[in-house]
Amino acid sequence: MQIMGYPLDIDPILLTLEVATITAIVLLLIGTPIAWWLANMHSRARIFLEALVALPLVLPPTVLGFYLIVALNPDGSIAQFLKFFGITGQLTFNKTGLVIGSVVYSLPFTVQPIMAAFEALPTQIVDAARTMRASFFDRFFTVIVPLARQGFLVGVVLTFAHTVGEFGVVLMVGGNIEGMTRTVSIAIFDHVESLEYTEAHVLSILMVIFSLLVLMFVYGLNRRLQVKAV
Amino acid sequence: MFQGNLQLKLGNFELNSGEFAFDSSGVTVLFGRSGSGKSTLLRAMSGLDKHARGEFKFNDEIWQSGKKALPVEQRDIGFVFQTAALLPNKNVQGNLDYAIKRIPKQRQHGPSTEEIIERVGIRHLLNRPVDNLSGGERQRVAIARALLTRPRLLMMDEPLSALDWRAKSELLLLIESVIADYQIPTLYITHAPVEVERLANRVVFMADGRITSVESLAEATSRIDSPLFTEEGPVSVVHGQLGEIDPDGLIAFESRQQPEAEPAFTFWLNRAEHSSPHTPGAKARLRVLARDVAIARHRPEGLSMLNQIPARIERIEADPQTHRQVVFLTLNDGQTLIAELSRRSVNVLNLSADQSVFALVKTAALLDQ
Repeated sequence: MQIMGYPLDIDPILLTLEVATITAIVLLLIGTPIAWWLANMHSRARIFLEALVALPLVLPPTVLGFYLIVALNPDGSIAQFLKFFGITGQLTFNKTGLVIGSVVYSLPFTVQPIMAAFEALPTQIVDAARTMRASFFDRFFTVIVPLARQGFLVGVVLTFAHTVGEFGVVLMVGGNIEGMTRTVSIAIFDHVESLEYTEAHVLSILMVIFSLLVLMFVYGLNRRLQVKAV
Repeated sequence: MFQGNLQLKLGNFELNSGEFAFDSSGVTVLFGRSGSGKSTLLRAMSGLDKHARGEFKFNDEIWQSGKKALPVEQRDIGFVFQTAALLPNKNVQGNLDYAIKRIPKQRQHGPSTEEIIERVGIRHLLNRPVDNLSGGERQRVAIARALLTRPRLLMMDEPLSALDWRAKSELLLLIESVIADYQIPTLYITHAPVEVERLANRVVFMADGRITSVESLAEATSRIDSPLFTEEGPVSVVHGQLGEIDPDGLIAFESRQQPEAEPAFTFWLNRAEHSSPHTPGAKARLRVLARDVAIARHRPEGLSMLNQIPARIERIEADPQTHRQVVFLTLNDGQTLIAELSRRSVNVLNLSADQSVFALVKTAALLDQ
């Protein structure tokens, strides 16, 4: 495929978008309960768990990737456990591996903004919903999510963007299999290795534009979505 | 009936109510300084705080037993918070609908939604977004919303404290009449004696996280050391009903044992400029500062004071703080009126218990609110 006369690999782009979308959805589903649990936790274990969630921010992606390969290997306990439930299939060096790696790597980008939003909830409003007989899930979706929407949007957008931009974990857990696990960041690396600077340029400039737009979107949201508590 | 013994630890503060049992009818005011545990006790009673422990029963229904608590959603409580706590992503109608949609079948009775909206005076606000309301309007919506949950029990946590004086007196009138009309047992927190005197049937006094005593309003205002008395000195609360506005702009405030009988006494009041539309026959309370009451041994002549109320001296006590004499008078219907006099006045008039006297009160000191 060509864009304005320049060569463009479309496969890595599609793969990257797909992995990032799935990761963002999966993390929204597991990150929200984790964020709620942590935000409402008063025991000392909270410090440890918060640090654990934030770990991917500081660890070299290679360390994370290494442990993931070890943990997910076909003879490992996780694979055996899944096999027990009839789930076979490989967990590394394919799209599943990419998603698992991305989920772990991007966890703090989902959990932290949502947790901050949960902690800032105006308790009287949530209490008011309770006295109006709203059960937990009722008030969660009708009151808490609307009040915390800023945290949710920032969390999802940052997770998506961060997954698009990851390199180390994807390389370790996914390998570099053309058409299967070669994401944009790896494709750029490949092009540079083979001195295909034009191709590397096209993908790189797309990433710069994309990232800039995402960050502008997030900062714009932060301004606009301040919930006015009355 | 409220019955129980509740504990709740919040940070450094510890509520330990002690055993309590008191009637739930009418308005029960939780009164105490800030930090005395009023709000914490109300939170424990409401079930909003999952860390509450102990025992609590409302009308023989168990709401708390040890760690086990009936969920708030099943307690049929209407709660009005200090800040109105309206749902910010909805307009006024949306806020009311949130309550209405969740009423269980068996509680769908009583005054209609329309009537409550009219009564609380928010019809013109229904389509307004909630961040576009004044403090008084927000609190009105909060009160309507609490009533619309069809509660068996109303809880109000300092609902007037965030308002300016005008909104405060308007809403106090509203709360007073709504509670009286709808007959909902109410727990009301305040640290303002005026609100206690206007609303309370009984007062739960609190200090240091404990209930120190539960008294009827009459009991609470018939001792000199009552925590309800501020730098204004002792206050009496007289119950009666309002009459017509007479051509001079005065309103009669009377006590009658029977509708047709001669009134036991009649006070003449000035009309408060900001009071609600006047309804003759409405029950009302008169708050009289003891220092505004003078005493005459005989009915005085040639005196401009209109309020010359026959009474009997019940007892005379010395206020240990001011060295003034506090005279407790019994009115013809048995209610108490307090007068505060100097020691010299008591001596010159030779006042003592069981004398028949006249209590003199300037109309200027009395408002029909």
